[in-house]
Amino acid sequence: MSAKPEIAGVYDVQRVWRDFPILQRQVHGKPLVFLDSAASSQRPESVIAAVDDYERLHHANVHRGVHQLSQEATAMFERARERVREFVNAASTREVIFTRGTTESINLVAQAYARPRLQRGDEILLTGLEHHANIVPWQLVAGQTGAIVKAVPMDRRGVIDVATVAAHMNERTRIVACAHVSNALGTVLPVREITRLAHARGAVVLIDGAQAVPHQRVDLKALDCDFYAFSAHKMYGPTGIGALIGRESLLEAMPPWQGGGDMILTVSFEKTTFNELPFKFEAGTPNISGAVGMAAAIDYIDSIGIENIRTHEHRLLALATRKLEGVPGLTIIGTAPDKAAVISFTIDGIHPHDLGTILDADGVAVRTGHHCAMPVMEFFNVAATARASFACYSRESDVDALVSALAKAREVFS
Amino acid sequence: MDLKDLYRDVILDHNKSPRLFGRLDPADSSADGHNPLCGDRLHITLKLEDDRVSDLRFDGKGCAISVASASLMCEAVKGKRRTEIAHLFSEIHEVLTHHDAPVPDDLGKLAALSGVREFPVRVKCASLCWHTLNAALDRKAEPVKTE
Repeated sequence: MSAKPEIAGVYDVQRVWRDFPILQRQVHGKPLVFLDSAASSQRPESVIAAVDDYERLHHANVHRGVHQLSQEATAMFERARERVREFVNAASTREVIFTRGTTESINLVAQAYARPRLQRGDEILLTGLEHHANIVPWQLVAGQTGAIVKAVPMDRRGVIDVATVAAHMNERTRIVACAHVSNALGTVLPVREITRLAHARGAVVLIDGAQAVPHQRVDLKALDCDFYAFSAHKMYGPTGIGALIGRESLLEAMPPWQGGGDMILTVSFEKTTFNELPFKFEAGTPNISGAVGMAAAIDYIDSIGIENIRTHEHRLLALATRKLEGVPGLTIIGTAPDKAAVISFTIDGIHPHDLGTILDADGVAVRTGHHCAMPVMEFFNVAATARASFACYSRESDVDALVSALAKAREVFS
Repeated sequence: MDLKDLYRDVILDHNKSPRLFGRLDPADSSADGHNPLCGDRLHITLKLEDDRVSDLRFDGKGCAISVASASLMCEAVKGKRRTEIAHLFSEIHEVLTHHDAPVPDDLGKLAALSGVREFPVRVKCASLCWHTLNAALDRKAEPVKTE
């Protein structure tokens, strides 16, 4: 693992970049310029090595068996849980539930918290910039209970205003679910104020933190939301693992979501007693190597320092915004004053899908499409956008490669 | 991979100035096509005389490949019989999906789309219009999806 690359106040991005083996590869004979970290970030050597070490030396099933390997695997899995707790400053590991990722975390809350409680006419309040993962689970539970899904609109910059959120709450609002950071626009939402408002109304708050945790410090004690969901693969960890952090009193009162091994204490054909938190919500053999990789990703982020990453990305975002604004015909979609390292854009006369192909030929990977946020595309009246997103390893030269590839695209379509 | 093979002049031209763009009113049949992956939407209206497509138009929004493919297709099938259209479709489908399939001479300008096969994620862009046309010919009411 590299030491903190903060050398006399200078972020050594080249050193961070070298920690990620995949970034050294070529694509179509060109050096890879990876600007799609908001979809899934790459993994540093230390995460790959931690997963490899677990697989080679320590794997066995967890919470079972007294043999040495099972004890080692259990210790590593539970240490990972403690690392996740520390990472977001959750109150206790009883509140840290491993899931397959943000999507599963939100579905768990929709089915185990919301479904038994919602009455016909109750309201679930979302915002207009949500990812489909924070829309569809609520539509499903609304269909099951007769509850209503409403969305707080954003303004033309992609900002969700606290006063607008307040205006959309009423005595039937039971759940407020919103992104911490928008994946399509980069907007950072005022989640602390939204949480306070919702709590004053007696509503429960879920925050989709998938796009926040890799970019900024998340302190759940300060935030005080009821549920917080995120995925490892957007923060330099493996796919298929993530977490739901939930308020202990709420989790205690919720029925299990899935049944199976690990989530029970005793089973007979007459009656089953459920395990305590957090295991009550972890039916079946968990993704142990994924949890180990997630902990290693947190170790990696800590080794650089999340504040250093944030400062680096903000500098890059400002620089990229300036350079992209200089590209003729380019429009940036999402211009909130408080943004994370994401730039969505369109170029006059070139469909984003064509842009994606042309940039790819130059080794530049950007996301093109609706970014699993079709209501956002609808709002801005575009079918799709191209999106460049940055991570701890993104360099100024990556921005330059993007700008020069965009010039080529304009040439092709001139 | 060579971008020039994908974005040939014929394709860029048909993207910039699509032929037979618009809607027929009245029309004998119509269909909507949608590619949810990239948000492309096409609408095709056509007139039939016996088993011949006497006239047709397309409109909608899409990438250069989908717009050019629709424009080239409309030109190619106008005035043709159903059986001739079915034959063209099977030929273009073969060319788009098989890396080393020979490009038949009777494809005419449609042959310009053969470069698409080197870009597998873009094949659906080129084939959306054909599926939409087939739906209009079958007089299917529901929108066509490529996903």
